[in-house]
Amino acid sequence: MEQLTEYADRFLAQAPACDYWTLRLVAQDSDHLEVRQGIVEPSTLASSLGAMVTIVKSGGIGYAATSDLSVSGLAAAVARAIAWAQAHARLGLFDASVHPRSSTRADYHAPVLESWKALTITDKLALLRDANHALALDERIVDWSAWLTRQRSAHLLLTSDGGRIAQVFESVQPGLVAVANAGSQTQRRHGGGADWAQQGGLERLAAVHFVDDAPRVAEEALALLTAPECPTATRDLLLLPSQMVLQIHESIGHPLELDRILGDERNYAGTSFVTPGMFGRYRYGSELLDVTFDPTVPGELVSMVADDVGTPARREYLIRRGILERPLGGALSQARAGLPGTAATRASSWNRPPIDRMGNINLEPGEGSLADLIARVERGVLMDTNRSWSIDDSRNKFQFGCEWGRLIEDGELRGVVRNPGYRGISAEFWRSLDGVGGPETLEIRGVTNCGKGEPNQAVSVGHASPPCLFRDVAVFGGGA
Amino acid sequence: MNQDGFFALTDRLNASLSGSEVLFCTLNGEASDFVRLNRNRIRQAGHVQSSELGVMLTDGSRQVEGHCVLSGEMKTDLAQVRQVLARLRERLVEMPPDPYLHYATTASASSRFVGAQLPAAAELLATLIAAADGLDVVGIWASGDLSTGLASSLGHRHWHQSHSFNLDWSCYLETDKAVKASLAGLQWDGAALLQRLEALRHGLRIMARPARTLEPGRYRAYLAPAAVNELLHMLSWGGFDLKNHRTQQTPLLQLVRGTRQFAPQITLREEHQRGLAAGFTAEGFMKPDAVTLLAAGQFGECLVDARSGKEYGVAVNAAGDTPEALALAAGDMPEAEVLARLGTGLYVGNLWYCNWSDPNECRVTGMTRFGSYWVENGEIVCPIKVMRFDDSLFHLLGDRLEGVTCERELLLSAETYDGRSTDSALVPGLLVGGLTLAL
Repeated sequence: MEQLTEYADRFLAQAPACDYWTLRLVAQDSDHLEVRQGIVEPSTLASSLGAMVTIVKSGGIGYAATSDLSVSGLAAAVARAIAWAQAHARLGLFDASVHPRSSTRADYHAPVLESWKALTITDKLALLRDANHALALDERIVDWSAWLTRQRSAHLLLTSDGGRIAQVFESVQPGLVAVANAGSQTQRRHGGGADWAQQGGLERLAAVHFVDDAPRVAEEALALLTAPECPTATRDLLLLPSQMVLQIHESIGHPLELDRILGDERNYAGTSFVTPGMFGRYRYGSELLDVTFDPTVPGELVSMVADDVGTPARREYLIRRGILERPLGGALSQARAGLPGTAATRASSWNRPPIDRMGNINLEPGEGSLADLIARVERGVLMDTNRSWSIDDSRNKFQFGCEWGRLIEDGELRGVVRNPGYRGISAEFWRSLDGVGGPETLEIRGVTNCGKGEPNQAVSVGHASPPCLFRDVAVFGGGA
Repeated sequence: MNQDGFFALTDRLNASLSGSEVLFCTLNGEASDFVRLNRNRIRQAGHVQSSELGVMLTDGSRQVEGHCVLSGEMKTDLAQVRQVLARLRERLVEMPPDPYLHYATTASASSRFVGAQLPAAAELLATLIAAADGLDVVGIWASGDLSTGLASSLGHRHWHQSHSFNLDWSCYLETDKAVKASLAGLQWDGAALLQRLEALRHGLRIMARPARTLEPGRYRAYLAPAAVNELLHMLSWGGFDLKNHRTQQTPLLQLVRGTRQFAPQITLREEHQRGLAAGFTAEGFMKPDAVTLLAAGQFGECLVDARSGKEYGVAVNAAGDTPEALALAAGDMPEAEVLARLGTGLYVGNLWYCNWSDPNECRVTGMTRFGSYWVENGEIVCPIKVMRFDDSLFHLLGDRLEGVTCERELLLSAETYDGRSTDSALVPGLLVGGLTLAL
């Protein structure tokens, strides 16, 4: 952060004359280690440092991003941003005087209990080798890999209104994969934290049982080879938290994004079946459906004090007892739409402008254990770990596939089924929600590759959820 | 950063190496204007200037990789990259020998500049907005310089620079009713813009008709080139790279083993020579002019990057594991006859959000999107409500393929996740006897 402050001071010494400006400096570092089939893959150390200047001037707004943080480089960025603000003033969709202003001063540092440096590279590689050894338990395992990725991102936002927000995000994401093959059937199984990202440090290894998870991953990949296909039928569907993450993400998170509702994303990511008139009255799901935007959950991927335009972040209900309350939209979208929203204007890095994004979008827990949910199913399928996702441009007709399925019959878990998938329509699916696990079943997870925006940007998003039970869903298996 | 600056920087870095160290440096730079449009007005506009340096440092059979961002100022960049190299040297001694380390040991050089200067982006946007008056235009304009460089301590010196634009846009009538166009290239053509706008206006007149809701089932269909390109994207996702083949993960496993076939009309090539991407790999290998991936319905060759080439003992023919310049062979069906040959069924302008439904069966799901219509007796009748398909490419490119158009469309990727993409595809339209709609 000291380095970023130095560049910020350099900018402040030549701050532009305009109605409002922001300077967003981002320094990102990552370290990736991987062992595949017992061989250490090339280790990658990466860093990125740059700034985005945003200028509001005479009713227009423009931005310029640069990796040249010299005095002249920053001055050139200001000039380019002013030029685009002038073009926007002539040809813009809205009067930029509605752009939010921030004077917030706040700091955030992701909770890290065990530093990345607490283990040497040699120790980390030894862990990965151990995991490899445990994954390669049968000759039908034809490929296997274990990895550790550490990311650190420091953000400093300054505004012409005196705002100063410094935030540091850190995560360590481990993962395992085993690929099994027999004949023309190939199956993959992930584990060891591969789809369980959180903020934090090396303590995540213990939290996800990293190396200990390897035999399960390999054994389940093998079991899938000989398992029957998931039936094609209408069945009750029990989704574990790893798949609930995708279900929430695609059919609640994205449809509630205000920039989609305003039409900004129609050419790429799409629009939404949700319209402005639905807020406050539309029944999105059953009475069991409570969904929050919650940047305060310790360790969740997008826990923070403010978004990338300086709006203080706080917990909000999006859906309460099944009724739609509030969209996911930052201050600019709120002003354009005349609707409330959330502190959700985020950018993937210094070289992409902030847009409406999910933060932590969580399905609040209900009551009971996973066993209680299973006991309520006469004929159903349990599905775990997303492997395929597809949904229409208004976020209604979806089809998802999972790595792992188990039949449920007469309230008990039965055999494994392979290639489990299901499809439905968002507007109907959530109304079939008939069971939500209790607080003890809640898992804090997220996705790390949410793509959206023009120019494109991929960000991490947090999702916490218990397992959930849905009634009468179209499920299917594989086959041509 | 320009060519001279890059080579000057890497010369200094190479001079600082010691012992048996070898250094490969790659540069990916862009100076891009990005302008988002919504309702035929500027939603968000700006400029991005970035230069990312990739380095591969080896010593004997050990290697380590690093990335950093350059400012363009020699003194600053030299100090920064030296710090990166210092960290990499610390890491290198902890890394075991890498049996798959692989780089070109023979020095080579190339230099290529394509494109011309474009009018200022703001000026072109004003032209577009004026010409599209009355239309609900939404999309993105991206333009400017892209540069890729490679320099090594073994003497490799390559530079590839392009100046291009890509307008990826659509016009909406209401909710899901929209038509899409693209206009991209190396030189601005105002007449082409007006042609595209006229085509969009024509499409919107059809879109204004009441939309038809289809029941799930199997329908005859014509897949326009943009829709076919989405299916080829799926094949590119694990379909052709050597590692996925050797580890039985390719969705084309049954094709390779001869238990399933594509139709004889399906010949697919990676045409590096035609494409816009650099002709060299980060490890100093030169890409061949073309690689035949599918030949007359049979599997051809894999794409082989440097690491997989070493692991499996196969010659390198690609920079990575996915194609950059695909070309599906033209057929003998004139585009003018497409509707008559279709008869009654679907005209699918675009497919979207595809994903594997069952990769073992090469089964894909996705959605119809822009410019998709119901056709009866060879005439476009009305737009269709968006539908989900779920079908095997062994059917769509195999036993149900009825025709391939003579004409092909060059589609330049508008993707900008890791900077502006240089991927392209040359694609015909396909007539299929059945497309299975699931929802």
